[in-house]
Amino acid sequence: MDIALAPETLARWQFGITTVYHFLFVPLTISLAALTAGLQTAWVRTEKERYLRATKFWGKLFLINIAMGVVTGIVQEFQFGMNWSAYSRFVGDVFGAPLAFEALIAFFFESTFIGLWIFGWDKLPKKLHLACIWMVSIGTVLSAYFILAANSWMQHPVGYRINKAKGRAELTDFWHVLTQNTALAQVFHTLSASFLTGGAFMVGIAAYHLLRKKHIPVMKSSLRLGLVTVVIAGLLTAVSGDVLGKVMFKQQPMKMAAAEALWDGQNSAPFSIFAYGDVSKGHNSVELSVPGLLSFLADDDFTSYVPGINDTNKTEQQKYGPGDYRPIIPVTFWGFRWMIGFGMASFAIGMAGLWLTRRKFLLPQHLRVGEDEVPHLVLFRNKALGPTLTTWYWRIAIWTLAFPLIANSWGWIFTEMGRQPWVVYGVLRTRDAVSPGVSQGEVITSMTVFTVLYAILAVVEVKLLTKYVKAGPPELTESDLNPPTRLGGDSRDADKPMAFSY
Amino acid sequence: MQLHDVWFVLIAVLWIGYFFLEGFDFGVGILTKLLARNRPERRVLINTIGPVWDGNEVWLLSAGGATFAAFPEWYATLFSGFYLPLLVILVCLIVRGVAFEYRAKRPDENWQRNWENAIFWTSLIPAFLWGVAFANIVRGVKIDQHLEYVGNVWDLLNPFALLGGLVTLALFTFHGTVFTALKTVGDIRQRARKLALSVGSVTAGLALLFLAWTQIDQGDGKSLVALVVAVAALVAALVANQAGREGWSFALSGVTIVAAVTMLFLTLFPNVMPSTLNADWSLTVSNASSSPYTLKIMTWCAGIATPIVLLYQGWTYWVFRKRIGTQHIAADAPTGAVH
Repeated sequence: MDIALAPETLARWQFGITTVYHFLFVPLTISLAALTAGLQTAWVRTEKERYLRATKFWGKLFLINIAMGVVTGIVQEFQFGMNWSAYSRFVGDVFGAPLAFEALIAFFFESTFIGLWIFGWDKLPKKLHLACIWMVSIGTVLSAYFILAANSWMQHPVGYRINKAKGRAELTDFWHVLTQNTALAQVFHTLSASFLTGGAFMVGIAAYHLLRKKHIPVMKSSLRLGLVTVVIAGLLTAVSGDVLGKVMFKQQPMKMAAAEALWDGQNSAPFSIFAYGDVSKGHNSVELSVPGLLSFLADDDFTSYVPGINDTNKTEQQKYGPGDYRPIIPVTFWGFRWMIGFGMASFAIGMAGLWLTRRKFLLPQHLRVGEDEVPHLVLFRNKALGPTLTTWYWRIAIWTLAFPLIANSWGWIFTEMGRQPWVVYGVLRTRDAVSPGVSQGEVITSMTVFTVLYAILAVVEVKLLTKYVKAGPPELTESDLNPPTRLGGDSRDADKPMAFSY
Repeated sequence: MQLHDVWFVLIAVLWIGYFFLEGFDFGVGILTKLLARNRPERRVLINTIGPVWDGNEVWLLSAGGATFAAFPEWYATLFSGFYLPLLVILVCLIVRGVAFEYRAKRPDENWQRNWENAIFWTSLIPAFLWGVAFANIVRGVKIDQHLEYVGNVWDLLNPFALLGGLVTLALFTFHGTVFTALKTVGDIRQRARKLALSVGSVTAGLALLFLAWTQIDQGDGKSLVALVVAVAALVAALVANQAGREGWSFALSGVTIVAAVTMLFLTLFPNVMPSTLNADWSLTVSNASSSPYTLKIMTWCAGIATPIVLLYQGWTYWVFRKRIGTQHIAADAPTGAVH
């Protein structure tokens, strides 16, 4: 059969498409839940209207997002069985448990409390209603934790043994699966990247409104929250990325050698920032690299030895038998760079934003007109006018919104493609994991259906988001400002329209 | 009772929970065309399930996840074997979730009508297909010695399975109708009660036929008890509905679902998916289950999490216990969504 249409290839494409698509929504959902909860907390504590308006605005965008995250997540859970039945049979004993935990502990939490939050504005007392969004937020984080623990087991299987008679992996230490360093590093990295994503989303949208001098009080607060989130999360993403990298150098040397297109092992290995030419044939062409940095990233030592693709391939052949153990080198090489590059760019814009919106770079006191003053940004000081007005930062900041999304996607593509040809590293090959009974036609059908459906939904989603972004934060109504003081709402208002309905 | 038997029961419980809960929200989705006469009425219907449908759907995700963990072989054979029907169900669940969330997000009439059509079809199709799937599981399918499904999609569309599909479709519609009568006020409530009589009578006929067929084929004493309970509860639900006891009527239609699904699982045990080619190739609770260690961990998790889930989901229903009617839909906002 043509390799391009082999069920394995098609099933991989389908998994890749559905996963990357699903993961466009997940980081935003995780971070926006927490940021919305933070804003609502600020409102409950200070009673400042701009926090309530910000809560409603970001909460709405959060809801549009989580809807897509949830529905695309259902596909993720089902397609293990549909397309990867051999995988499911082999690892279900180990991999199924965190998945079941995710459903029983996290999904129920998330979905039940989100219903309460959406419809509870005029049914629940203020603090109880606030608690609901925090519950949702906890649910999203728990969900991320369990699924990343399951994925980490595929990257670095621990706490299991092979039962030869049954031909499967069996769990021996669940706690180890949940707490191994790969899982912790991956959770740390993914969660910080999620907050980088949500922060940049806030910065981008706040910048859009500030550039047009609209909704200034709400957007100023949002901008500040976004910028601080981007900077803190950006730092944590870098730190956790470094930790995760070191773990991977030890556990999956092939992935990291491929990430660097480092063909032959060497001492004081350089980190290649950019390479021109065909990285799949060794990157001896034009190249910009920092000497010794790769050794440092791998081992905290600028001089230590880093194994290359060729040596690792030989080692793996001795260990696992003849075969080619190299992933697709250009994808891993460029995926790694794009992940880091776009992540760093968002962080840099966040830093610049924080620096530029310091008090001294705002207009001088005598030129201000009160709270509604847009934080005009400057590069140069004009002696007569004070700081010179500029808008270039806002324009760039709007685009920041997309950077972490691109970084996240490439991060996953790198992580998953870099592990090939293994689906469970060193234990199960991807080609042995597909469903033997599912025909080529069936996979082509489902792949086409999902791709087309997801494309349509993407258009719908982007249109809706744009509409609500442009509309800006809503005006507050009477019932917003006077939430019920007791459970179930006020009985005198039994016939009044629901404050929030579909 | 061994742990894999416990897990057979727990998975049955998850499916029962799913059909009980999402059963009525599928039904309400179907009623948006069958019962509602205009836009405000459709909005009332959708709002009766608005706060809860998402939580209801998680019962399915839990059933799927628990099957993966507790019976990997069952999960693998079932999901790869029923590939195309499952694909259709997945597409429906995706569109349905998005429809609920996005329908009110634009005032445009066309936009809303399209999503309302989507809600109807994506409620109806899974309500039918789940019955087809379960009828096939109970009756058995072509499974070879490697525990792989070797039939095709047409094998799944046999008369017994199609009847099963009609039963779930009718039963969920009835369940949704009595739920609507319980949750609404005014004209829509009166019409729901009226409709319940005809939908319920059709359901009773179909269910009796299907359950009797199952009983004759592979039933025993226990399943006969469940059959009698299911049919009796359905009739009682109809009587309660006629008497205007809407709470009782809904509870009893719930009992029908519980008893009918229980009966299917009783006839299934100790198989989880029988093979029609050779009884030795059937998937059973012992050859399809995970190791005792995994089952033990999962039992702890389910033992602690399930009561908590029941508590907070129950609380949600209590918070939103009030009946609603068209007067609760803001007249000035064509979207129904103020925010």
